[in-house]
Amino acid sequence: MRMDTDQLIRTLAADNAHRARPVGLALMLALLAAAPVSLLMFFTELGIRPDVMVAMRNPFFDLKFAVTLALAISAIAVSLHLSRPEVSLRGFGWLLLAPVGILAAAIGGEMMMPQRLPMMTRLVGKNSAVCMVAIPVLSLPLLAGSLIGLRHGAPARPAVAGAVAGLLSAGLAATLYASHCTDDSPLFVATWYTIATALVTAIGALAGAKLLKF
Amino acid sequence: MRERDDEWTGLMRSAIAGDSAAYHRLLKAVTPVLRAAARRGLTRAGQPVDQSEDIVQDILLAVHLKRHTWDATAPFAPWLFAIARNKLIDALRRRGRRIFVDIDDFAETLPGEAPAETASASEVAAQLQTLPARQREVLQSIAVDAASIKDTAAKFSMSEGAVRVALHRGLASLTAKLREQ
Repeated sequence: MRMDTDQLIRTLAADNAHRARPVGLALMLALLAAAPVSLLMFFTELGIRPDVMVAMRNPFFDLKFAVTLALAISAIAVSLHLSRPEVSLRGFGWLLLAPVGILAAAIGGEMMMPQRLPMMTRLVGKNSAVCMVAIPVLSLPLLAGSLIGLRHGAPARPAVAGAVAGLLSAGLAATLYASHCTDDSPLFVATWYTIATALVTAIGALAGAKLLKF
Repeated sequence: MRERDDEWTGLMRSAIAGDSAAYHRLLKAVTPVLRAAARRGLTRAGQPVDQSEDIVQDILLAVHLKRHTWDATAPFAPWLFAIARNKLIDALRRRGRRIFVDIDDFAETLPGEAPAETASASEVAAQLQTLPARQREVLQSIAVDAASIKDTAAKFSMSEGAVRVALHRGLASLTAKLREQ
């Protein structure tokens, strides 16, 4: 059987009625499917810290969520932008600086307050090992979901799009983890959350390079 | 050039609104431009230009399956050339050459410059053989026998909906196979 280009065009035109799911919807559905897996892992292995009602009165506990949610939301916006083939990060990538800005402001704020513990103690914290394992592990189902959703797109640079999917899933996973972790210092967040996020971003870039090619 | 781009954008908007004839016209109109760019890319990579039709078909399939990523408020040509550039780079890389493909390769193509004939290609045809029988029969009926969806449904005693599903799945898995090869 042959298929010359005119015949192919005729066939494509016959399929014009087919409507693909918009990338945003595909991403949302895939994340909704993946979220229960991460939630189940979180609640069986970690759970919310017992003193959460007290912790919520500490602004630095709340700021952890501002940072992680800013990361997740900006990465969702950037990943949807990058799902179009004709665009680049330029003009949109600055969104990803939002969590960095919040974190920098939080560190500045903490520096200006009197502290019971020395800086290095706050930075090292008590949970750094758990943090560096929990965030990447919790983000894996979400990363898989993001990549499945973003496969509906057509990114010009699949590795970059995959890296942003990594940021997105790390942001969501870190939001869960932040409610478990008793280390609230922005210095702890800036150190260990960042290392964990970088790891997930690297995995996302590697997976994206393969999976997001169209 | 400007006029051409506006015409393409208009046709694509009509296509998305459900006008299959406009979509057919659009694909016919962009094909010579894609073909000329594919030939230029192959020439620059020192590859025989007779493979250009494989690249053209690859681009057309990607355009078709990714058209929902086009923003209907934006001009169509930049989106089309981005898809085409991506596929052309891929094709040249697969043939063992890393080559820089300039976006202007597409944008600068003048209408009429490109040969208008439709050449034969082998990759899509070869992958067709690996599809499930039902999808292959439906594709063959519509592509080769130029049957409508309705006629194809009658011929295979299928519903029109089932023909549409087989048609779309066939095109999607064809594209996936071309990507994996």
